[in-house]
This record gives sequence, structure tokens and C-alpha cells, in this order.
Amino acid sequence: MLSVRSLMAAVAVTALMLPASSYAGGTVEVLHWWTSGGEAKAVGTLKEAFEKKGGTWIDSPIAGGGGDAAMTALRARVMAGNPPAAVQLKGPGIQEWADQGSLNDVEDVAKAENWDSVLPPSLASIMKYKDKYVAAPVNIHRVDWMWVNPAVLAKVGAEVPTTWEEFNAVADKLKAAGITPLAHGGQPWQDATVFETIVLSQGADFYRKALVELDQDALSGETMVKVFDQLRKLRGYVDPGFSGRDWNLATAMVMNGEAAFQIMGDWAKGEFLAAGKVPGKDFLCAPTPGNGYIFNADSFAFFKVSGEDQIEGQKVLASLIMSPEFQETFNLAKGSIPARTDVSLDKFDSCALKSHEDLTASVKNNAFVPSMAHEMAIPRTVRGEFLDVVTNFFNSDMSSADAAKALADAVKRAQ
Amino acid sequence: MAGSKTGRVVFDRFLERWLPQIVVSPLFATSLLFVYGFIAWTVYISFTKSGVMPNYTFSGLSQYIRLWTTPRWLVALENLFIFTSLFIIGCMVIGLLLAILLDQRIRSEGVVRTVYLYPMALSFIVTGTAWKWILNPTLGIEKIIQGLGFENFNFDWLVDPKMAIYTVVIAGIWQSSGYVMALFLAGLRSVDDEIIKAAAIDGAGPVRTYGSIILPIVRPVFFSAFVILSHLAIKSFDLVMALTGGGPGYATDVPATFMYSFAFQRSELGTAAASAVMMLVTITAIYVPYLYSELRRPAK
Repeated sequence: MLSVRSLMAAVAVTALMLPASSYAGGTVEVLHWWTSGGEAKAVGTLKEAFEKKGGTWIDSPIAGGGGDAAMTALRARVMAGNPPAAVQLKGPGIQEWADQGSLNDVEDVAKAENWDSVLPPSLASIMKYKDKYVAAPVNIHRVDWMWVNPAVLAKVGAEVPTTWEEFNAVADKLKAAGITPLAHGGQPWQDATVFETIVLSQGADFYRKALVELDQDALSGETMVKVFDQLRKLRGYVDPGFSGRDWNLATAMVMNGEAAFQIMGDWAKGEFLAAGKVPGKDFLCAPTPGNGYIFNADSFAFFKVSGEDQIEGQKVLASLIMSPEFQETFNLAKGSIPARTDVSLDKFDSCALKSHEDLTASVKNNAFVPSMAHEMAIPRTVRGEFLDVVTNFFNSDMSSADAAKALADAVKRAQ
Repeated sequence: MAGSKTGRVVFDRFLERWLPQIVVSPLFATSLLFVYGFIAWTVYISFTKSGVMPNYTFSGLSQYIRLWTTPRWLVALENLFIFTSLFIIGCMVIGLLLAILLDQRIRSEGVVRTVYLYPMALSFIVTGTAWKWILNPTLGIEKIIQGLGFENFNFDWLVDPKMAIYTVVIAGIWQSSGYVMALFLAGLRSVDDEIIKAAAIDGAGPVRTYGSIILPIVRPVFFSAFVILSHLAIKSFDLVMALTGGGPGYATDVPATFMYSFAFQRSELGTAAASAVMMLVTITAIYVPYLYSELRRPAK
């Protein structure tokens, strides 16, 4: 019924537009879950740009954190044979849907605009299925950030640490002074975020072996045991009320001087900026120990729609998403940096500049790695197993050796 | 004329005979499809390789093997067992005690009864959220009592993975025992006064009166309370979600939250379906004997 009605709507729209100009801009229905303040504003800029080109934008926002509700809606739409033209989708999720034969490619737009040369290769490969672009990235979030309250560090006369040993020393000092060293929210994905930054500190090669290629030896080996040892240390540095806390409340603890550090992606910056704090003065952003860059990118995947009007809409949208102007305005609103590496960053703050600088360096050193915790590296199925083991370790007295073994078993089970 | 009259009578007869069936049939058909049809579909899905989308290739017992080798599922089952047994026992004991105390014809009984029954008017989501704050060590009871000067007071069950499931039990009992009280109170009030007077004349004290006379009479109420509480417990999802979100870690996962997370967060429809079938089997195992005994009784 629904599909019949929307088909009729599509026909009606097409019929209305035909006499004026054939498919100027086209029609896209965009399914996304950017419903909070900054996010809605960011997606609004895309809508405006699209309509400026004469297109028709059908907005399908679906509230619900993490996009679980949106994925359920998407599944129903695809099963009913009426998918939206573009869907906010990321990481291996794109491949999953492409495997089901549900995605359209936008290869001609990508070729014409030379996406290959402006995107970091490891990000580009996530957007492709069988060597053709089926999705377009809008931003790059850096995950391995520490957010620091410099006033609190000054109280114990400490510097921003650059290795985990230094971190532990500073944290012990803070703890002795009665300050919570690490603000943390005890939700599985937050535990996993901290976990993967420790994995990265063991080298990008190890990160890739363990969290991307899922190598059994790397997962259960000595290095992984060391990673869990450090995670156990960090568990000792969080306050007793951490369990189930939302990430932004943890950010607020750093902001208010109740805690010194938070390990969280750069969406935390949005919280600081919204509270009128100045980077470099009221708060510091520093990469977590190690030389690398864990990225998380939002993107739109293009679903198999029919009708020239909608296909035209997809192409226009793809080109818009990748346009430097949009990438700039969108990322200023969202707090991340553009997915294109050639966009000028004049309007961005010092944290974004640092992020961009490290990105370029890490791409060169082959240390630019996708985030496991944020569904960039591995399918949701395997990621879920990682989250289970890591969060169970974090919240129990399991030994590091047992955790590494459990991790290897869990990954094997999910494959 | 006569022909049309007999025609009318025939039509009336027809209506009389079939109207009830016609009225009931749409409902019957929809329940058949949307309840039993989807149960069958879920069972089928649990034997396939379904991942992000339903996939109808048969894959035998693989999803069940996967399910039973997942440590998280075992935790969920253990939690269900702990929660269900303590929740039912706790609600029954507290509800019965409250009902017996209220049954002593105390003053302003109506007010007290409302106070005890009121938590039932809240949804489990509200209960869960409220207790989440009350039990949070940095906001609630622990903080308050420490603030009163008892520095060593420690009550952090909510964030202690070994104890967290008991906080769910506490919140659940708080919510539902008032309702059980109302059930029992109604039962107690329905007992014939004559019997109680007779017992008093025979010299039975209150303990003997309740233990040997009144409670056996209200035995059916125990069954109703048991049925209502056990299904509340087995399908408990909202309370756990609001109170602990399944955490810390996955220490308070129950089968319902397990199924939700596998179906909607993990894109593992097959495993989720297998866990749903296991829940169905569990419920059936409890209810079939019960229904059997219930349905046999009216035959006498």
C-alpha cells in the first residue's frame, strides 16, 4: 500500500516536473538519524544546497541513537521494494548491503570528479564495492583523542602525557590528590573506544592485524595481553558512577574540572565549543599515546532506486556531498574535518588543524586505520563480539590472558 | 409475500447461526497470521543463515550452536533465573504481608492501599529511571548516607557486575508488590466471615486462622499472582533497559535484551530468532503444565 502510494507520488512529482525542465536536480529521499541540534543543522545545509540546484529533497529523519531504529526502518523499506535513494550508512555496513545487491553505484560521478585522488585510500576502499563507488563520505572523525582539562593538570603539576606509562604516572598523582583522572562512560562502545586507542599504541600494524584482519595470533598473543593490562589500569582511574553514563556527561566532567581526561572522538569537541570553551586554553586536545590515526567517517550510501528522476537525484547528491564547499560548511557544524584532504581549513579550530596534520602524516606512514568501535573496520556481527568481551573485561576481574583468549574465541565464533 | 417472509426467516436463522462466527473471524484470522504465523516465521528464520536481512537458506542447527556457545547468552539465562525466582518470591511475600496487615481493618485503609498500589501506575521505564538515580553511587543513597557522616557506607550494587541483577530485582519488587497486595486483599476479603468467626469460637489465633484456613481458601489467588508475575519477569525488557541498559558490561542482560541487541544492533537475525525460540520454549515449559491443570479443573 505504502509503496503504491509513494510510487504514485513519485509519478506525480515527475509529471509535474517534466514540462518545466527535464529532471532538473532530480529527487532524493534521504534517510538519516541526524536529529540532534548540530547534526540537524549540518544535514540542513545539504538539503539547502540540493534544493538550490532545483532538486526535490524528501527528508526521512529517524530518531534513535546509533541508528538502530533507522536500520530497522531501512530493512523494512528494502524488503518492501521501496528503498530511499540515499541512506546514512557506514563502514562494512555498506558492503553488507552491497552484497545483498541493494546498492547503486555512482562511479561516473566519482570518475568525473576524481574522488580517488582526494580521498585517503583506506577511506575510499570502504566506500567502494567491487571497485566502484557506492557511497560518498561526508567527514572524518578522529577517534584517538584525549580531551584534557589543563587547569586540573596544573593542580598536580603534570604535563599532557605522550605514553601510557606517563599517563599512568599522571593519573596516580591525580588520584592521590583526590581528583578523578579519567572521565568515562561505561557503555560497551565507550569501553571499546578506549580499548582500540590502546591497541593503536602498540603500532598501526598490530592494530590492523588484530582489529581489521582479525588475525587469531594477534588477538590472543602477548601484545593483546599487554593491551588488556593497560585497560585494567584505566579501569582503576574512573570514578564509581561511570556505569552506563552517556559520553557527553563524561565530557562535562572534564569541562567542569571534576576529571582530568576523557578518551573520546572529536564529537566531544562540539560539547566544549557549545559551552563556549576555547581549545588550547580551557581545554586541550591531544592524541592518545602512539603514532597513528583511528578514523570514523559518516557517509551516504546510494540504494537501488528506479526512475530517471531519482537516479539523477542520486548523482547530484553524490556530487554535492563531495563538493569542497559542502564539506567545509557541514564539518564546521559537525565538529569533524572534511573527508576530502584538499579542502582549505582556514575556518577550522586548532584541534581540527592538528587532526588534519596527523591525518596527512599517518596516511603517508600507513598508520591511518579504521575504527573498530565505530563500525568502520569490521562487520557489526564481529564488532558486537569485541564489545562483549571488552566490556565484560572492563566490568569484571577477568585476567588479561583470559580476556585475550576469550576475544580470539569470540571472533572465531562470529566469522 | 409469503415467499419473502419465509426467505426472511431463513435469513434470520442464517444470521443467528453464523453472525458470531462472522464477527469473530477477522480477529481470528489476524491473530492466526500475526501471532502464530510470525511465530512460525521466527522459528523458520532461526534455522537459516539470516544476517542483516532474512535469508531463507536452511542451515540446520548452526544458529542454536552459536547461541549456546555465546557466553553472553548464558549470563542472560542465569539472570533470568535469578530475577524471575527472586522477583516472584519477593512480590508474593511482601504483597501477602501487606495484604494481611491491611486486612486488620486499620484506619484510613483507602489511603494506605493507594500508597502501596500506586507504583503499579508507573511504567517500568519510569521505575527503572528513578531507581537508576536512587542507586547511583555518586548521586543516590550511597552519597546521601556518606554525606550524613557515615564515610564508609558502601552501596554500589548498580555498578558492581556481580550484584547489579539484584538491583533490578529490588526495583521490580518495588513496582509490582503493591499490585500483588491488591490481588491478595481482594482474595482475603472474599473469604466468608462466618468461617472466620467459627475459627475464633474454636479458639484459633490469628496465625492459625490465616495459615490453616484463609490462605488455603485463597489458593487460586496464588496461581493468578504467579502467572502474572512470571510473565512480567520473562518478558522484562523495559525495566532492565531503563535501569542498567544491560550493564555494567552485559552483567544484567536477560534473554529479551539479548534478543533485541542481536536482532537490531548486531544484524544477526538468525541468532536473535534462535534466542526468541528459546524464550518461547521456556514459557511453554512453564505454562503448558499450568494451563493443563487449570483447564482440567472446571470439568468436575
